[in-house]
Amino acid sequence: MGQAMNQGVLQAKLWYAQRISAMVLGICVAIHLVIIFYAIRGGLNAQEILGRTQGNILFAFFYEVFVLACFVHAPIGMANILQETFPKSGIAKPIAGALGLFILVLGSAAVLGVYTGGAI
Amino acid sequence: MTLSNFALEPTFQLRPYNGVMSNSDLKVKVWRGAQEGEFVEYLVPRNSNQTVLDVVTYIQRKLDPTLSYRFACRVGMCGSCAMTVNGVARWTCRTHVSKIVKGDSLEIAPLNNLPVIKDLATDMREFFNKWKGAVGFFKGDKTRHDDFAKVPPESKERQLANAGIECIGCGVCYASCEVVESRPNYLGPAALNRAWTLTNDVRDVQQLERMRAVAGDAGCHACHSQGSCTEACPTSIAPTASIAGLKKLVARAAVRGSKWGKL
Repeated sequence: MGQAMNQGVLQAKLWYAQRISAMVLGICVAIHLVIIFYAIRGGLNAQEILGRTQGNILFAFFYEVFVLACFVHAPIGMANILQETFPKSGIAKPIAGALGLFILVLGSAAVLGVYTGGAI
Repeated sequence: MTLSNFALEPTFQLRPYNGVMSNSDLKVKVWRGAQEGEFVEYLVPRNSNQTVLDVVTYIQRKLDPTLSYRFACRVGMCGSCAMTVNGVARWTCRTHVSKIVKGDSLEIAPLNNLPVIKDLATDMREFFNKWKGAVGFFKGDKTRHDDFAKVPPESKERQLANAGIECIGCGVCYASCEVVESRPNYLGPAALNRAWTLTNDVRDVQQLERMRAVAGDAGCHACHSQGSCTEACPTSIAPTASIAGLKKLVARAAVRGSKWGKL
């Protein structure tokens, strides 16, 4: 019983984290749309875009926040969906964990790549 | 036209207008069996102002006395006659056939998400055990020697409790809930609605225990906010709103604490 209670409280915390990260994502998506317009102004090739975004610490910071919000938000939702769709399979946690790691590593690598221009 | 003329000319007989289907029988498919079973069709004469419960009662009294179903008050107070009629959970006593009939057919099944005992009667034990599981019962700390608790009718808590207080435990919301279907240990809309009304009962002393009981994926946080319970509730309660209230309160209590303490 005690363990079940703790489980419930943990899930309530996860729900809270997903709510807060959703709010962050909402703002991030709006800003991201504006940045897209900025980044494609006057040329669409990689060099032109990198020329406007590379080396900008604010830009890197913003996108890392975006990545972290995804890292929190997506795995919790994915775990819920998997748990309800395949209740007895036990795949929810491992797949959600892998998804989280995937988002964190790939997202951060992309932010770092754009910031440094592939120097690291 | 005189009365004698009328008698001589039967083709001119006048009848009160009862709607198009007034003279034909209803084709009523009724679930027979337990968890395993089949639909059996009965022909039931149509009457004006006939309820679905009237139809079921007619079948049992005139056509097949072995049909099992549950009812008590017949006027929407007891919450025992709920069934799935044409795919939707309803109180059969307060549902007029004319409002929901498709052509001349009715399909009557037991409530979803509950084990079937026989025919249209379901086993409601799990449903009510979940109320207990959600700490859906009152416990105070006053005795008969204390003064009355004074709860101002216009206070926020009283208003919030009022919104969900009229539940009579019929199980219609529980049978309509998709989350109950996919998560069998989910407490369900009725139990959580009751928990929410008690959360807003300023006299109750089990607030922390209740919040722990309804936290997480077996409790309020599993709700999809799809609103099927609210749509189906015969007393127009909005369990979705009650659950949303619980979600916020309980999650905050888990992360930041509440006026009763931290979870």
